[in-house]
Amino acid sequence: MQRSRILGPVGVVWFLLTIGVIAYATRLALLIAPTEATMGNVQRIFYYHVPTSMLSLLFPYVNFAASLCYLYWRRRDPLKALTADAWAITSAEVTVVYASICLWTGMLWGRAAWGIWWTWDARLTSMLLLWLLYVSYLMLRKLSSTGQTHTLAAVLSVFAAIDVPIVYMSIQWWRTQHPAPVFGGGPDSGLDKSMYPAFIFNIVGWAMWGILLLCFRYALERRRQAREQDAALKAIEASLELAK
Amino acid sequence: MNYFGHVFCHLRKDLQLEWRSRDSINGMLFFSLLVVVVFSLAFDPTAAMSRQIAGGILWVALLFASITALNQAWTREQRNRVLDAHRMSPAPPSALFLGKALANFLFVALVEAVLAPLFIVFYNLHALGQGWLFAVVMPLGTWALVCNGTFFAALGLRTRNRELLLPLILFPISIPALLGMMQATTAILTGEFEPGLWIRLLIAYNIAFTTVCLLLFETILNAE
Repeated sequence: MQRSRILGPVGVVWFLLTIGVIAYATRLALLIAPTEATMGNVQRIFYYHVPTSMLSLLFPYVNFAASLCYLYWRRRDPLKALTADAWAITSAEVTVVYASICLWTGMLWGRAAWGIWWTWDARLTSMLLLWLLYVSYLMLRKLSSTGQTHTLAAVLSVFAAIDVPIVYMSIQWWRTQHPAPVFGGGPDSGLDKSMYPAFIFNIVGWAMWGILLLCFRYALERRRQAREQDAALKAIEASLELAK
Repeated sequence: MNYFGHVFCHLRKDLQLEWRSRDSINGMLFFSLLVVVVFSLAFDPTAAMSRQIAGGILWVALLFASITALNQAWTREQRNRVLDAHRMSPAPPSALFLGKALANFLFVALVEAVLAPLFIVFYNLHALGQGWLFAVVMPLGTWALVCNGTFFAALGLRTRNRELLLPLILFPISIPALLGMMQATTAILTGEFEPGLWIRLLIAYNIAFTTVCLLLFETILNAE
């Protein structure tokens, strides 16, 4: 596997840019954005909670798409299939990280705003279930033996993807304390104009951070795969030597 | 032999094997009986309260019991390398899956048939809603557990700690189905709300996952 020479510097520039955007977004969120009328400064956690929750709903799609690609390429083009599998595990891990941050900031906010850490309301429950699904996906990857991990994980990912809409609907029927969505949740929804810059910079910053994590973990996984292939190749060569 | 011939052949083989040993049915029966006894000691329920919680307890007992049986479902095929023979045979792999899932379904259904009277006795139950709907909810709920369970048991066959892995991946995927079964059962027992919505959820869940299981079983069987 040859490595491109440009990717390293691009990564460094992307990292610095991400740090810059996040630093500016933090300043906007904590200092510049106006204090919210009813909740006061507590509301500022919104600028972290909402972007991470939106992003944690985005990465599972990457995982699903990569898993489908893996299943398609498995027999046809094993090298491409390995690339797809690297994307699948990477996006699953980033999903778990972002969903954990979303749940954690949500609990902090819930404690301050509602006086309770947790309630079995529709959105909280569905987020928790999403987190559970992807943790179980990572557990399967951890527990299965090397030769077939990719296929088994890809199959489970397809199951998880089908489960997500069913979970969402069933939980909606079951409970409906979480406020209506801020965006597109009725006539009173929406942010005050003065809050937009902080929100937009935060979502862009955390999306960039997510992409950075994704690519970094991907590069790591590719190296691990390459090392595994080298080891397999050496083992085959050694057995050929013995056979002579 | 056509497709259903294959399915029937697998089903008959599994039933015959189970009839000779009766391992998994006896295990499941005693296990779920223990769960029911432990829960009734833990809650000491009155008649009104037991109606509220019995639906949940019944399905939790069945879920745990079916896990114990599902873990054993494929070990028979592993002995003497029968699974490799299945892989080489020209019979469709999904027929093997369907036969096995149907056999497990019958085992769990039998356990339910024995457990239901015990449940009524131990928890002083009588349904305030439409009791005949149990005839719809029980098979749907059982199939939802058993179909995915059989599939994941096959998926975990060659992994380390497969006894541990099966509940770890089966529970998160089955949560909507579990919610559906428990809500429908509670609705029938208490008569406070309509079970129709939850029965529809179970039907949709069963259709979606049975299709995926049948489509992907070949991939799992030949995963190497």
